[in-house]
Parts: sequence; C-alpha cells; structure tokens
Amino acid sequence: MFTRRDTLAIGVGAAAASALPFAAFAATVDEAIAAFTGGAAVAEGGVTITAPEIAENGNTVPVTIEAPGAAEITLLATGNPAAEVAVFKFGPGAGNAMVATRIRLGRTQDIMAIAKMADGSFTSARVEVKVTIGGCGG
Amino acid sequence: MTDVRPRIRLPRSAAAGDSIVVKTLINHDMESGQRRNSAGEIIPRQIVNRFTCEYAGVMVIDMTLHGAISANPYIEFEAVVPASGDFVFTWYDDNGEVYTSTESFTVA
Amino acid sequence: MQHLRAGRTLALATACVAALTGVALADPDLTAELVIDGELHLVTRAPSDDVITPNLPERYSGFLFRDPATRDMQMDDFENPAMLAVEEGEGLWSTVEGTAGQSCQDCHGDAADSMAGVRASMPHVNGDGVLWSMENYVNNCRTTRMGAAEPWGWNSAPMRAMTSYISMQSRGMPVNVAIDGAAAPYWEQGREMYYTRFGQLELSCANCHEDSAGQMIRADHLSQGQISGFPTYRLKDQRVVSIHNRFVGCVRDTRAETFAMGSPEFIALELYVASRGNGLSVEGVSVRP
Repeated sequence: MFTRRDTLAIGVGAAAASALPFAAFAATVDEAIAAFTGGAAVAEGGVTITAPEIAENGNTVPVTIEAPGAAEITLLATGNPAAEVAVFKFGPGAGNAMVATRIRLGRTQDIMAIAKMADGSFTSARVEVKVTIGGCGG
Repeated sequence: MTDVRPRIRLPRSAAAGDSIVVKTLINHDMESGQRRNSAGEIIPRQIVNRFTCEYAGVMVIDMTLHGAISANPYIEFEAVVPASGDFVFTWYDDNGEVYTSTESFTVA
Repeated sequence: MQHLRAGRTLALATACVAALTGVALADPDLTAELVIDGELHLVTRAPSDDVITPNLPERYSGFLFRDPATRDMQMDDFENPAMLAVEEGEGLWSTVEGTAGQSCQDCHGDAADSMAGVRASMPHVNGDGVLWSMENYVNNCRTTRMGAAEPWGWNSAPMRAMTSYISMQSRGMPVNVAIDGAAAPYWEQGREMYYTRFGQLELSCANCHEDSAGQMIRADHLSQGQISGFPTYRLKDQRVVSIHNRFVGCVRDTRAETFAMGSPEFIALELYVASRGNGLSVEGVSVRP
C-alpha cells in the first residue's frame, strides 16, 4: 500500500524507486514458477489473459484466464511482494478451462498465467498491466 | 468482520451436458498480511485460502487463493451439468471457519 | 500533514498544476450507456441550467469517466460488489433492535414502496427546519423511535449497508433535491464551500470538478464530482464508501484539515453537490475506482 509520500517519491524517481524491489522479487517469481512446474520447460501460447491495459485502481483488477485443455492454471503477479495470486485445479466436472477473478497489483507489472495441460506439459502467457498511482488518495 | 454471506449466480436453465457459467461472490476483507497498522505493525494475514465447487459430488474446481486476491473475492468458472443435481460451494478461512452454500440446479 | 517539508509540498503542488493544465484525454465517454443487467437504462447525462450549474455545459455521471472494466462491473447486479452491502442492509431493515422492539420494517413496511425516492431527494430539510442527510434520518429513527442504544457511526459498516439498501430503492429515479424555501440558506452555504479554496494546495471543489472535469490529475480522470452514484463501491477501498467519506478524501488531498463526516458543513455541501446532479438517475450503488 502506497502512501501519498511514497507516491511522490515514485513519481519523481520511478527508475530508482523500482529497480531495487524488482531485483528482490525476481527470485520469488522463479521460485513460484519452479514450484508449479517442477522445473519442466514452459512453452508460450494456448493461454489467454484478459486484463485492462491500464487498471483504474490496482486494488481491484478484473482478470480472465482461458487455457483450453488445461488441468491446472497458476496465476502470478511478477511485480508483487509475493508473486503467487491463485492456483486453479479443474476437476472432472469442469467445463471450459476458464476463470475470472479480481486481483491486487502493487504497481505496473506483467501478470503471468501458466497452464498445466492434460498431458503434463506447461504453457504460458504474460501481459502487462499498468497500475496508475492516482491523484486522489491513490 | 460482519457475517460472511456467499452469493451464487447460475443460469436460469441449461440442457443436459451443457457447460454453464458459475459466478460466486463472498464478503471477506482478505487481509493480505502485507499491510501495517498506524503503529507500524504488520496486520496478520486473514484470507479465504481455498475455494471449491462440486456438482453432483464431482469436483468442478479447487482454487488456492493468496493475499493478492481482492477483498470480497469474485470467482467465475464453467461447470458441466450432465443431469440435475446440487452445487456445493465451500470457502476456507485462515481462521479455520468454513463457509458453504448449496444450490440445486435443474437441467432441461 | 503539518510536518511536511516545504520542498515536498511544492513538488506536489507543481505536479498538480502540471496535471490540471495537461492535455485532456477523450473524457467523458459520451457513447457509454449505463444499462443494468441489460434491462434498466439509467440517465447519465442531464441538461445544465443557469441557476445551479451555469458553468457546466451538461451534467455527466461519474460513470462516463470510468473505463470499460469498471463500467461493466456496475452494469451487472451480480458482479457489482456493492450488492453485498445492499444485501446486508436488507437484513438490517427487518432486524428488531432497541427498547421499542421494532425494526425499520415494522414502521416503514416494504422498503421498495416506502423508501422509493428517498435518495433522490436527500439531503432534505426536516420538520424542525434543519438540513439532514439520509444518515441523520436513519439515526433519528434508531435513537428516538426504536430506542436503540447507539446511533450508527456515519461511516460504520451497518450505516453504509443501510444507506446502500435505501438508495437502491430509488435506482433509476431522477435526482431532484429541493434548493428553495427552507433549503435555500443551506444550499447557499454549500455553494460557497464549493467555490472556496482549501488547504495548502489552495484548491476548491470547482478547480478540479468544474474547471478541469475531463482532464487528468496525475493518473486520475477528473469527473464532475457528481454524487448520483453514491454510496459507491470504491475499488481502491474494496468496500462501499459514503458521500462524506469521499468529501473527506477530497479535502484532505488539498492538504487541509477536513470537516468531519456528518458535520453541518458537509451536509450543506452534500445538498449543493447533489443539486448539481439534478436530472441524473440515482444509480443505487455504483462502482468507482
């Protein structure tokens, strides 16, 4: 949660303010991916993320993920203090492998969805969501 | 926190074997464990950490939630309805409480 | 607030000025339509007039300033998370509390009948000639009629739930607050406040919401500051917020000491701001960032 003073600091020196935490988060993202895939290769494609290009507020960002044929999907916010957002396991009663929910994003970042397919392979998609720090109490 | 009240929306009707859209909403603060109070202390995490939906005893979706899910979690997904039956929705709170909701569904 | 160093204040002031004078985006989106569940069409544009809003070309709901994802959330009564508060309010309506052993329903019956139009006419001068917001009327019932031990806090969860439920009973009705007669001096007081610059940033309501509506303040879209959508589910707060709660946020952002929620000043300001939206639909409970 940003205070107004933090907000100002970021606005003034965005590069400086974001460089440090990003380095710290990278390991977390890699760990989260490895925890889900067990280190297996992750392809790209076959997963569709629908999210606003610019979120009106980072505290409630609507996202939809579709991955036809997926058995499981993990959703990661690569720029959050903790990257893991949710894991969805589809059971035998599931219809199309789609989910929609609302998530918290601490700043502009890529969100990433990795699908575990029925054959055990992994595929993924990433999309950038810009999170604006508002002028009005944001 | 006020009383937790799940909300469920199912389509009015469906044919046997259809894949239907299921929408759920539950009031919950989803305290992430990332925030600090005015004294600078971390506010302990208290979230709904798991959500499941079964239809006619068959698992539809089993979701693990982390602190980055917004307050009042909204979850939408699709379920196949081979015949009429009951949906059972279950939310698991960090504090040990379990909230359940059952909805009957009739296929045409 | 008092301990801010001058340098930071100046930097923020500069940022605000830059934003206010910056290039406007295509706001509001006049093609956006507000239709609930594909059935109920709400009015989001209303004609201006020379008495209340001589400086506005037209009155626009805040809905028109939001992005499609936020608008969609409001247009589906299931996806609108404010409905959680409405449901809570519905439960409170029939809950017996206090020494009189009565609920709201015992006197007022079905809210769909008795409360229709209430939001549209709030704030309203009471029988003693004092301007009251909906919250005042609710608490008056609780303490004098129901014999409840405590009035609800202005921004408390049950008050936000009750005002959400009552507001929903006016959804689709045009805002139509009285500004003449006994209301006239309150309305004048509210107008005076609207054009008064507050805080270290020396900003009035009008600076942002009249002079600069449609422009950006840093990364935020400035709307006309209409309150026809309140109570609103604010995505930032992840809960329903009251009109006065938003007033506090605005005044605080000018770096001023704010008036209190429920203060006579904010009730007068609420009347004036509500009147600027006369003709817009009451949205019941909206969704805003």
